[in-house]
Amino acid sequence: MQIRPILATLKHHKAGTLLIALQIALTLAIVCNALFIIHQRLAHLSQPTGLDESHLLVIQNQWANKPTKGDISSLLADDLATLRKVPGVANAYATDGYPLSSGGITYGIGHSPDKLNFVSNTAIYFADENALPTLGLKLVAGRNFRSDEIGEIGGRDKIAPQVLIITSELARRLFPGESAVGKMAYVSDKPSIIIGVVERMQTPYVDSAMAQWSDCSTLMPFHQLVTPTNYVVRAQPGQLDDVAKRVRAALYAANRLRVISPEDGVKTFAQVRAQAYKSDRGMAILMASISVILLAITAAGIVGLTSFWVGQRRKQIGVRRALGATRHDILSYFLTENLLIGVGGVLLGGVLALGLNLWLMKQFEMARLAPGYVLAGVVTLLLLGQCAVLAPALRASNVPPVEATRSV
Amino acid sequence: MLGYYLDLAVRSLRRNKILTALMIVTLALGIGASITTLTVLKLLSGDPLPEKSANLFYARVDPNPLEGYVPGQTKPDSIMSYTDAMNLMHAHRAVRQAAMALIDAKIDTQHPNDHPYFADGVMTTADFFALFNAPFQYGSGWTADDDESRATLVVIADFLNNKMFGGANSVGKTIRIDDRDFRIVGVLKHWAPQPRFYATDLGGHDYGDGDAVFMPLKTARSLDKGPQDTECYASVSDLQHLESAPCEWLGMWVQLDDSTAVANYRMFLDGYAKQQVALGRFKRSETSLLDLMSWLSDQQVVPNDAKLQTYLAFGFLLICVVNTVGLLLAKCLRRSREIGVRRALGATRRDIFTQFMVEAAIVGVAGGVLGLVLAVLGLWGVRHQPAQYASLAHLDVEMFLVTFAVALVASLIAGLLPAWRACVVAPAPQLKAA
Repeated sequence: MQIRPILATLKHHKAGTLLIALQIALTLAIVCNALFIIHQRLAHLSQPTGLDESHLLVIQNQWANKPTKGDISSLLADDLATLRKVPGVANAYATDGYPLSSGGITYGIGHSPDKLNFVSNTAIYFADENALPTLGLKLVAGRNFRSDEIGEIGGRDKIAPQVLIITSELARRLFPGESAVGKMAYVSDKPSIIIGVVERMQTPYVDSAMAQWSDCSTLMPFHQLVTPTNYVVRAQPGQLDDVAKRVRAALYAANRLRVISPEDGVKTFAQVRAQAYKSDRGMAILMASISVILLAITAAGIVGLTSFWVGQRRKQIGVRRALGATRHDILSYFLTENLLIGVGGVLLGGVLALGLNLWLMKQFEMARLAPGYVLAGVVTLLLLGQCAVLAPALRASNVPPVEATRSV
Repeated sequence: MLGYYLDLAVRSLRRNKILTALMIVTLALGIGASITTLTVLKLLSGDPLPEKSANLFYARVDPNPLEGYVPGQTKPDSIMSYTDAMNLMHAHRAVRQAAMALIDAKIDTQHPNDHPYFADGVMTTADFFALFNAPFQYGSGWTADDDESRATLVVIADFLNNKMFGGANSVGKTIRIDDRDFRIVGVLKHWAPQPRFYATDLGGHDYGDGDAVFMPLKTARSLDKGPQDTECYASVSDLQHLESAPCEWLGMWVQLDDSTAVANYRMFLDGYAKQQVALGRFKRSETSLLDLMSWLSDQQVVPNDAKLQTYLAFGFLLICVVNTVGLLLAKCLRRSREIGVRRALGATRRDIFTQFMVEAAIVGVAGGVLGLVLAVLGLWGVRHQPAQYASLAHLDVEMFLVTFAVALVASLIAGLLPAWRACVVAPAPQLKAA
């Protein structure tokens, strides 16, 4: 296939050529970045919490009659006993927060009591001896809390635990290359002994600002005697939905003086996850639909302009056929023409994609676009162009040689 | 003449229905997407108190220790300790001033069988309502004396009044909040500034419903109501007495009516910080006094995703316009002969240009109408999202007009190149070829 005659023809159709190239370039720039954003969001929302999520549900309970600290202590014990008696419940514990709950206590943890001189931020979860089996956390070193280690604190008491369980990521930061079990760390002005390390437990937050320490969590052996309290309940396999229906009634039957919100008082962990990542998922869906529509519009534009060119050049095509060009020659002429425009478009589009990414990096603190996305976009758009041009090109190849002799 | 052009344009558009439909749909998709995202962005970045925002200022001082302090660069914390807030309040250096924090209020319903429920509330000082122009339906706010005497009185929102008292004048009646009887002194008219600017850093949501109850700060604290957000700048052993703890939990707003007042208050604030440094309470003398809109942009209240979506939609619109240019160009070049004939029969270049621009404008108006339908659908979709601002997403008159302006401008820009190409067609060769 000779390229020079094609280029000569394109010179006569500068405006149309430039428009198709420009459209391909802009589409490439947006689609690459959209794909990149989709990938980032999906990576973000598939980050594991370390929990056995499929069997868990959480209940937010507020006490209605302003009980004292002492009251809550027995109310809490009663509630946990009530929950364990609900058919289908495997285990339960009370806590202030849980992964993805998007609120809770954050501390600095380090090697000295100095509040400002800490090694890492850490999310604080209050837990008892049932927390690990309920959540399905994997203990990689040390041991679980014992029931005699569980203390009680009020909402505004000083938090100074004797023992801690931390995540392996936090252990690595505090004691790189060593075992953390048995070592001391400071979360208050008194040292605490690390008795166990769990493989993974995500923090309550999904913000990018807190992504630096999203696997740095600390479990503290306390029942926090405040309202509201969260109960985390583990259902036996296959019984999650039944348990979710039963727990509210069971708790109200045991004690009416409470508020469990009818809307979101009882949530399965799948709902917690969906809520935490709703904006990420929404953004990924939006980006994907925009990309698909853009590709469709670009394809339609190519079909429209090429159809027009074929209509305009029927006579020339007829002359070429009469002079011995085969149908295949005509077909490949239009395919090559489109490929040339497409290559011009993607070259410009690649530059635009990187430029757009730089601008997004500056505006939204986004990561640098991996070259693979541009490459994928280039291949997609060139293939799309070839597919779009196929129908008009086939029509062109069907132009009979006799067309050369017709005057109109 | 315009009637003739319209007739010609409609005929031409009818001749190639698929191409016309493609142009209109493309343009409509671009316009629908841009108007939807722009409406949401406008909603999110709007001025919550247009009549007063220029006179409202948010004051900040910095009681943090010296570690990590870079003079001139480190910004003060976004909330204030009780000591500082009260010192600034009692100095009375602004026309009006109020300190505030957010609370959860448990409200008992009148019916014995209903469960009590929790509503959003604000604990604040007497000037709050006048400071923010909060409109009263019945009654009024409380006085500075009520603040000091820890009076158990409350101002409630219209929606709470509707729910509890069926919308009747409930001033003087009591409402049970946190197991304590409060006397209602005022009922607000609907008041829900978007964003809820006074609460951006107090631990609440930024958009959505307004607060249900407003009670005096000291009253709420004497009932042990805790603020939704507390930040401590030194080790604390007692969080029960937040008033004396080294913790920040209050937002401080002042009203300053002209630039002299602003300059004076700024000097006063700087002087206060220097005085506290001299007393040894502060280590940093940094202060900040931002007006409402600057404070909102400083806080980056508008979610980045909303901005990103708007940029994306306008990129999308740009591609749609380029696409329409291409299709219009193809259409008009196909009619070179028709143009040749018209030129030969006496039509000027200007006539041809106008004719093709009219055709483009028709595509634009049709695209605008369809785009408007898509935008309404898009906003309906936004309203069914679980976002805080979802229920507020509606097309207003302004955006309705903007839609058509965008559609017309986009289509006329798209029509320029094809119309120019059409009007420079030389008539003679076209006639010869025919």
